[in-house]
Amino acid sequence: MRGVAALALQEIGGFSLLVAETAREVFRRRPEWRVLVGQLYHLGVLSVAISTVTALFTGMVLALQTSYSLAAYGAKFFVGDVVALSLVRELGPVLTALMVGGRVGAGITAEVGTMNVTEQVDAIRAMAASPVRKLVVPKVLAIVLMLPILVVLADFVGIMGGLIMAVTSLNQPAVFYMQHVIKAVSLQDIMSGLGKTVVFALIIAFIACYKGLTASGGADGVGRATTETVVASSLCVLISDFFLTKLFLAF
Amino acid sequence: MGEAFIRFVDVHKGFGAKKVLQGITFDIRRGETMVVLGGSGSGKSVLLRHIIGLHRPDRGEVVVDGEDIVGYDEEQLIPVRKKVAMLFQGGALFDSMTVAENVGYGLREHTRMSEEAIEAAVRAKLSLVELEGVGSLMPAELSGGMRKRVALARSIAMDPQGILYDEPTTGLDPVTANTINDLIRNMQARLNVTTVVVTHDIQSAFLVGDRIAFLHEGRMLFVGTVEEARRSQEPALRHFLSGGRVEGHA
Repeated sequence: MRGVAALALQEIGGFSLLVAETAREVFRRRPEWRVLVGQLYHLGVLSVAISTVTALFTGMVLALQTSYSLAAYGAKFFVGDVVALSLVRELGPVLTALMVGGRVGAGITAEVGTMNVTEQVDAIRAMAASPVRKLVVPKVLAIVLMLPILVVLADFVGIMGGLIMAVTSLNQPAVFYMQHVIKAVSLQDIMSGLGKTVVFALIIAFIACYKGLTASGGADGVGRATTETVVASSLCVLISDFFLTKLFLAF
Repeated sequence: MGEAFIRFVDVHKGFGAKKVLQGITFDIRRGETMVVLGGSGSGKSVLLRHIIGLHRPDRGEVVVDGEDIVGYDEEQLIPVRKKVAMLFQGGALFDSMTVAENVGYGLREHTRMSEEAIEAAVRAKLSLVELEGVGSLMPAELSGGMRKRVALARSIAMDPQGILYDEPTTGLDPVTANTINDLIRNMQARLNVTTVVVTHDIQSAFLVGDRIAFLHEGRMLFVGTVEEARRSQEPALRHFLSGGRVEGHA
C-alpha cells in the first residue's frame, strides 16, 4: 500500500513538474514557428476528418432519438433545440476530445516514447537543448489552439446532421429547424463548451507527453505507455467534464 | 597531458534498491583517450552519463574542467554539454530529421550562424567522418555504421573539448567496427579532444585507449595504461580479458 502511494506521489510530482516547466518555457522563449506549424497541421488539420464524421453521425442520431422521445409529449418541434444544445454544451467538446485525444494522444506518446527509449530525448539534453521546449511546448500549444477550432467545426457539422434528419425523416422545413437552433443556443452555451475544450486539450496534451517522456523498456514499454495515454486521457476528459459542467452551471 | 579534465570522486549511484556505482574515484586527463571497460550491467554507461549530467550521483563529486557539476540544473549544465559531446549507443539520431539537419542541430540551437555557414559546417563535419553526399538522407536509410558516423559528426559539430562514446562498436561487424575505432583515434589526434570510450569490446579498448579503467559490479578495480592492463594481476580483469576471447563470454 505504501508502495502504491509512493508511486502515485511520484507520478503526480513528475506530471506537475512537466506542467510547470512547460509553462515556464512557453513564457520564456518564443515558440519555434516552423515546428509549431507542423504540429498544428499534424495534430489539428489531420484530425478534421474523424471529428467531423463523429459529429455528423452524432447529430443525426440525436435528431432521430429525440424526435422519437419528444413525439410522446407532442414536442417534436423542439428537435433543433435539443440537438443544438446537446452538441454545443456537451457532445461536441466531449466526443471531439475523446476522438482527437485517442488519435493525437496515442500518436504523441508513441513518438515521444520511441524517442525516449532510443535515447533521442537524452540526445536533445546532451546537445544542451530542452526536450520540453523542443517536444512538449509545440504539441501542447498546437492542441490547445486546434481543439477549440475542431469543436466549433464539430458543433456546426453535428447541427447540420440533425438538419438532414429533420428535413428528410421528420418533414420539418430546414428554416424552421434552424430557427429553433439559433433561438436555443446562447453565447454562454458556446463559451462554456469552448471553456471545457481548452481544459480537455491541456489534459490530452500533458498526459500524452508525460507518458511518452516516462516510457521505458523498448517497444513493449512504448506500447504500454500509449495504451495508458488513451485510457487515462479519456477517463480524465469524462471525469473533468462533470466537474466543469457543474462549474459552468454555477455562473 | 597530466591535468585532470574529468574527475570522479567517490561517486555512488543507485536506481531503487539496485546499487549501480559504488564509490567510483578516478581521473580522466586532458587530451587522453580513456577506455572504461566492463561487462554488461557493470554500470559503465551510467558512469558515462554522469559526465554531462544526464544522471545525478546520489553521493560524490563529478568535476568537469574544474567545475563540480553535481548540483547543476539543466540550465547550468548547458555550457558543460557544449564543452563535452556524447555519442549514444544507437546513434540516437533524430529520425524525423535529415542527416544534415541532425548534424546542424547544435549549431542552429546555439549559434546565430547563417544557413549557408551551417550547411558548409555540416559538410565539413560529415567529410571528417568520411561521409559525403548523404546530407539529404533520413537516418532510417542509413546502415548501422553510417548512423554512428553521422552521430559522431553531430557530436563534433560544436567543436567540443571532450567526446564521450557509449559502446561505439557494439552491433557492428568487425570491419565496420575497426573503421569506427580508426575514427575515434583520428578525431582524438586531429581535434585534440579528451575522449572517453565505454565498451565491452576488448579489441577496441586496446586499439583506441591510452589508458584503461576496468569497471566491475559498480567498482573501479583497475586504472592504468594499456600495457599495465595487459600485465595486470587483478583477477576480475584477467578473467574478463581472457574470458572475452577464450571462454567466449564478456
